[in-house]
Amino acid sequence: MAATSLDRRPGTGADAVAGVVPGEVVRPSGVEEVAEVLRDTQREGRTVLAAGGRTKTGWAPPPASVDVLIDTTDLDRLVEHTAGDLVVVAEAGVRLSALQQRLRAAGQWLALDPPEPGATVGGVVSANASGPRRLRYGTVRDLLIGITVVLADGTVATAGGKVVKNVAGYDLGKLYTGAHGSLGVVVSTTWRLHPLPAARRVVVLDLADPLDAGPLALAMARSTLTPAAVEVHATTGDSAVLVVVFEAIPESVRGQADATVALLGGGHQGDDLPAEFGQRPGGDGDIVLRLAFAPAALPAVLRALPDGTVVTASACTGVAYAALAADHASLLPAIRTAVAPHDGTAVVLSAPSDLRCRLDHWGPVGNALGLMRRVKDSFDPDGRLAPGRFVGGM
Amino acid sequence: MTARLTAPTPAAGRTAALTRRLQEAVGVERVLTDPAQLRTYECDGLTNFRVTPGVVVLAESRQHVIDTVRLCAEAGVPFVARGSGTGLSGGALPVSEGVLLVLSRLRAIGPVDPDNARVVVEPGVINLWVTRDASPHNLAYAPDPSSQQVCTIGGNVAENAGGAHCLKYGFTVNHVVGAEVVLPDGSVVNLGGTAPEHPGYDLLGTFIGSEGTLGVATSLTLRLVQAPEAVQTMLVGFRSVEDAAGTVSDIIAAGILPAAIEMMDALAIEAAEAAVHCGYPAGAVAVLVIELDGPEVEVDAQFAQVEQIAMARSAFETRIAQTDAERALMWKGRKSAFAAVGRISPAYFVQDGVIPRTQLPQVLTEIGRMAAAVGLRVANVFHAGDGNLHPLVLYDDAVDGQAHDAEELASEILELCVSLGGSITGEHGVGAEKRMKMSVQFTADDLDTMQRVRCAFDPDGIANPGKIFPTPRLCGERPGPRTGEHPIQAAGLGEVF
Repeated sequence: MAATSLDRRPGTGADAVAGVVPGEVVRPSGVEEVAEVLRDTQREGRTVLAAGGRTKTGWAPPPASVDVLIDTTDLDRLVEHTAGDLVVVAEAGVRLSALQQRLRAAGQWLALDPPEPGATVGGVVSANASGPRRLRYGTVRDLLIGITVVLADGTVATAGGKVVKNVAGYDLGKLYTGAHGSLGVVVSTTWRLHPLPAARRVVVLDLADPLDAGPLALAMARSTLTPAAVEVHATTGDSAVLVVVFEAIPESVRGQADATVALLGGGHQGDDLPAEFGQRPGGDGDIVLRLAFAPAALPAVLRALPDGTVVTASACTGVAYAALAADHASLLPAIRTAVAPHDGTAVVLSAPSDLRCRLDHWGPVGNALGLMRRVKDSFDPDGRLAPGRFVGGM
Repeated sequence: MTARLTAPTPAAGRTAALTRRLQEAVGVERVLTDPAQLRTYECDGLTNFRVTPGVVVLAESRQHVIDTVRLCAEAGVPFVARGSGTGLSGGALPVSEGVLLVLSRLRAIGPVDPDNARVVVEPGVINLWVTRDASPHNLAYAPDPSSQQVCTIGGNVAENAGGAHCLKYGFTVNHVVGAEVVLPDGSVVNLGGTAPEHPGYDLLGTFIGSEGTLGVATSLTLRLVQAPEAVQTMLVGFRSVEDAAGTVSDIIAAGILPAAIEMMDALAIEAAEAAVHCGYPAGAVAVLVIELDGPEVEVDAQFAQVEQIAMARSAFETRIAQTDAERALMWKGRKSAFAAVGRISPAYFVQDGVIPRTQLPQVLTEIGRMAAAVGLRVANVFHAGDGNLHPLVLYDDAVDGQAHDAEELASEILELCVSLGGSITGEHGVGAEKRMKMSVQFTADDLDTMQRVRCAFDPDGIANPGKIFPTPRLCGERPGPRTGEHPIQAAGLGEVF
């Protein structure tokens, strides 16, 4: 490589990505250094993987190879925050928590609440991470208004812009969201912000039967109430807790919480969120799945899981996270078959290391896989970026 | 006398052969070749760009679309998809010697699935029909472009259409969860679905807003939203544009997210008044139409707050719609503004630029200065909440050179938007009209990167060519030096000597 001040060191076991130790770890301090790494590795034919807070490296299958891991955490400039425009530009390595802290001073926030502590905004985009408030605010695709990426050949490209309303050109932000670094390295992100709500009210209802969560969530969805989140914490075959969160002006959250208790036929109110709110279920020994499905199919999804599975569902949106016990690994194909009629899919987010390579991480992808391959080939013709991490072994 | 034969161009020959195959595939009655009929499709809502298509196909089924695209691919003939033709950037401008694929007869609208808040529609379904069918379930389709009584969902998807209420609810891309798409090679893919997420790239999000350059949607799954408990609409008159713009900023700064904040300046008000007698406050230099929706208690409290904010900015008249009819009248003035300008000017250009909202007062002042410098008038109508300007540049086409001056002015306004960190289009699309402006907003590398997407979907460049990009790109070219095998070699299809 060319002489440079680039921060670089040999990879160690602590740098392993889903069990694969990178040959080298580089930590660029700016976009031009990222471009230089990509140009150099292209010339040398070396594979590259970008990582930020490394909180979701298990969300994609183990890479086939990582010659160079690009640590993006030094790309940590908050480039611009125009409070009056409700827009912020942050480099990819900015921690979401640090960003929220800065925005809070202006009474604003980026309306994304994935629970992984230490996550960077670049990682949140690349893994398409979301939390319970997606019900009210949507996900990365709804809030990301501009993006800068470095392509496999070192080209620096920007799409979108700094205004919320913008239809000039293709929206590459959508393409990079959830692409797990397979199309390029995200180096900067521009976001639409929201005002911080003034007040919160929470309704918690214990359910003896987890399947009751389905009709109750549906009743919420069909009402004119505007919760920020409706979350179900369930243990299948056992019991569940329904948590409804309102975040708005004080008079609104109080009135809506009262109306919710009436609609649900019970529940107790408070100002604080339960400790488990927004957390993904499961531990190191579990297979954690992200299930997505037609929103009204929650009961069918709960029934598809073996008894004793801990589930957290964003109930009205059609997304749930399930911690499947490791000894239930063989049930994964049957779970996928059971949710398929509801346009359901199950993606593995994490699994014990001995199981990881045996599981079909992504599951069926549908008839657009060939088109996805053409997109990959168009952006990364040599297959150097995060090889083996994406659908279809890309 | 000898007959003078004109040798047909190779392209014309291809189109003639294709026409015969199209007639066999979709039926003679659905293939238009008569020059007079073809001319009725020569433009969309951008009437100063006109091209007569080589042939028009009036598709009536999904299979007609697939057959047409497949035959175009086989013949190497470009195609352009079109709905109602209300687009304002020439996105549905035909290609001479190409096929214009009209989708407005694909009008099936599926039963509303109220529990999943979804409905599946064909691309020719009119935007307003969706909310009409959803409203018995207390649901609505949120994107509401001003042309919603005539524009189609397919066209909305192509342009990622917005509307007055996208400030709060987002754009078409936020409300379409699935699509069946015929790719430019005639193959069919399903992007997205009923569920909110699927493994793999978000090709649906990429497809929406691609202006017909990546394929043709034959079916769309739309997300419906719950109708709000309460809606309140207010019309506020100001004596200065600065006060109106300041009110918008203050509302946002107060942490209020209205469903819509629309602004019109004196000239736009005059036009709307002449056309639809909407009764806007007399003597207003600017008006705002502000709508709040949501839970009643929230709307009531924030509505009162908005009223105070406007008063603090010297609003001289505030009217609150007491009935649906009054609300409709407030909106009628705004939604008819484009057409209304025809009452006060022989001709006009509609522009669509975006600026950061905080730049609003400066930009309006600057537009006024630029217009005065060339002796033209500009009426401003805009989605103030999200900084989306629609300057209407008025001119007299009977006066020599004025059309040119107006076009120049419209162009300069866009460059002003970009220089302030904005965009050349907020909702009308780039189309044929603004493709040369893309290089003002984006670098050559940015555009080349977008073209990589194009090459993955449409390597032969036959889907709506000549739109969005200032220059075409041959797929397979890789800019800059490369060391690996050429893709053609890698595929075992050729050798490089």
